[in-house]
Amino acid sequence: MTPATAIPAGPVDESRLPVLKGVYSYASISDKISDIVLTRPTHWGWIAGFALCSALLLLFIASIAWLFHKGVGIWGVDIPVAWAFAITNFVWWVGIGHAGTFISAFLLLLRQKWRTSINRFAEAMTIFAVAMAGLMPILHLGRPWFFYWLTPYPDIMNVWPQWRSPLVWDIFAIGTYIIVSILFWYMGLIPDLATLRDRADGRVKQIVYGLGALGWRGEARQWRRFDTAYLLMAGLATPLVISVHSVVSLDFAIGNTPGWHSTIFPPYFVAGALFSGFAMALTISIPLRAVFGLKDFITARHLDNIAKLMLVCGLLVAYSYLVEIFMAFYSGDEFDQAMVLNRMRGPYAPLYWTAIACNVVLPQALWLKRVRLSVPVLFALSLAVNVGMWLERFVIIVVSLHRDFVPSSWGMFYPTFWDWAILVGSLGTFGWLFLMFVRFLPAISIAEMRKLTLEKREGG
Amino acid sequence: MKAAPPAYGLVAEFASDQLLVDAARRARGAGYRYIDAYAPFSVEGLSDALGFRGDRVALITLVGGILGGIGAYFLQWYTAVIDYPINAGGRPLHSWPAFIPATFEMTVLGAALAAFFGMLILNGLPRLVHPIFNMPDFDLASRNRFFLCIEARDPRFDPGETRAFLDSLEPMRIAEVEAR
Repeated sequence: MTPATAIPAGPVDESRLPVLKGVYSYASISDKISDIVLTRPTHWGWIAGFALCSALLLLFIASIAWLFHKGVGIWGVDIPVAWAFAITNFVWWVGIGHAGTFISAFLLLLRQKWRTSINRFAEAMTIFAVAMAGLMPILHLGRPWFFYWLTPYPDIMNVWPQWRSPLVWDIFAIGTYIIVSILFWYMGLIPDLATLRDRADGRVKQIVYGLGALGWRGEARQWRRFDTAYLLMAGLATPLVISVHSVVSLDFAIGNTPGWHSTIFPPYFVAGALFSGFAMALTISIPLRAVFGLKDFITARHLDNIAKLMLVCGLLVAYSYLVEIFMAFYSGDEFDQAMVLNRMRGPYAPLYWTAIACNVVLPQALWLKRVRLSVPVLFALSLAVNVGMWLERFVIIVVSLHRDFVPSSWGMFYPTFWDWAILVGSLGTFGWLFLMFVRFLPAISIAEMRKLTLEKREGG
Repeated sequence: MKAAPPAYGLVAEFASDQLLVDAARRARGAGYRYIDAYAPFSVEGLSDALGFRGDRVALITLVGGILGGIGAYFLQWYTAVIDYPINAGGRPLHSWPAFIPATFEMTVLGAALAAFFGMLILNGLPRLVHPIFNMPDFDLASRNRFFLCIEARDPRFDPGETRAFLDSLEPMRIAEVEAR
């Protein structure tokens, strides 16, 4: 008896909540997914979303241009709150990326079949979210054109980066993360690009997809090496994703600011990252399956599973909140105590309590199966968690900075129009990239879905 | 005067993955060695049926990871200890715990780059032009059809006999594919 067969099927009733609904053959599943890209007329929902996102993309570009022209003074940042929206956006966007890697890499290693129809767009979500995240610290630099000074290269000033700084670790972590995410995503795409190449009717499409497919032939040896490399990449991406948000948390934890200087930060940030990422995965997949008619592939089972994972991560986050409060009082550090009380009763208290409501209270509804199977409620909850997790990072960053050790140097942060423009613009840009992706590339892995239809037919 | 284009091989088309695996196994059993099997997804046991072992991707990945890690650690040690030593609050110059994050990240990066490019190079990709694409309806190899090719360079290849052998496998059709 192999370990795989020794594990019982579990409490999930496959007939009531299937991973793949309906009856599909290799041909029909290939056609159904590739037709979204190749032949199906564009859905009005896509066009409306694209128009909105394009407008926000223009706003983003304009805000960046104005920022580069005038400098970070157009934002509300000042001393003592020198980190605010840009860094909040950075942590939030990186976190969103993490669920994509979790779905595509962790669940592959765990042989979770339900990942098959959602891994492709989850990976795309990762890449676009990390791209937005990577921009934020650069925009935040006073002299963004010198961002490459963070990298080690033999320059004429004979200066090297300070390796003991988490900000230098950050560029290695984020840089590695985005490169590995793109490689992993593109590698999975190669066989599907070959399908599109073979099914496209126009010459231009054939050439573009053909170049992307790199001449993939689907030969057995190619598949074998592909499988090995894909599995290894998943194995590499798994510890990577944990290291990335741990390093991000060290940006804070290594500083001695009350509210930052805490050893729980790395696991706390990783749990928070996955929490917000699963929320974003729901926010994206619910309209995606409606607009493109993918309800057979992204089924109630997927939403149910993502909701469960979101609940677990939410509980870990709630536990971290409790530990933070407990440690402040248990440690006897009066600055930490003042920070905790300031979060709860200070000028930013409404934001703190909104974050608690969104991240701790509301997700408890996910214990109920009725809630997990109700698409509108799930969608609303996912939006709430997205908002809550953004607020959580804002509270960690701004509320800790605005009142630190010396009352004479306390201050307040108020966002300006340009702070909001960068945040909203990055959302629009993310949406724009994602809409382009679903229109021009297969949003679901066709090759893996063929295998799933095979396994379904064999009752595996 | 032009000779007839040389043949690349004989290709048989099958409707299912199991038929292809059986056909590959029997072709190998019949003594053929230059056999290729094309499938729209990764068919379990197919590469084994072709007698393919040890894809070497794992080894390349390991080497890439080791090189990435050693390279990153060496870079940090060299720059922080030899080339640009800074006394930061009396901390040792060779402060190895602080060098771990970048070393870890570069290990992963080196391994991932090696896995990706190793897979491509061993697979002979990118290669946009290949004789197998001359097979009629080969575009179905990325949809729902399974192809077995016995190459003309196989020492046992004989146009008549090999066709007869492929016929015995009861494929949907057999076609000769030109080398260019």
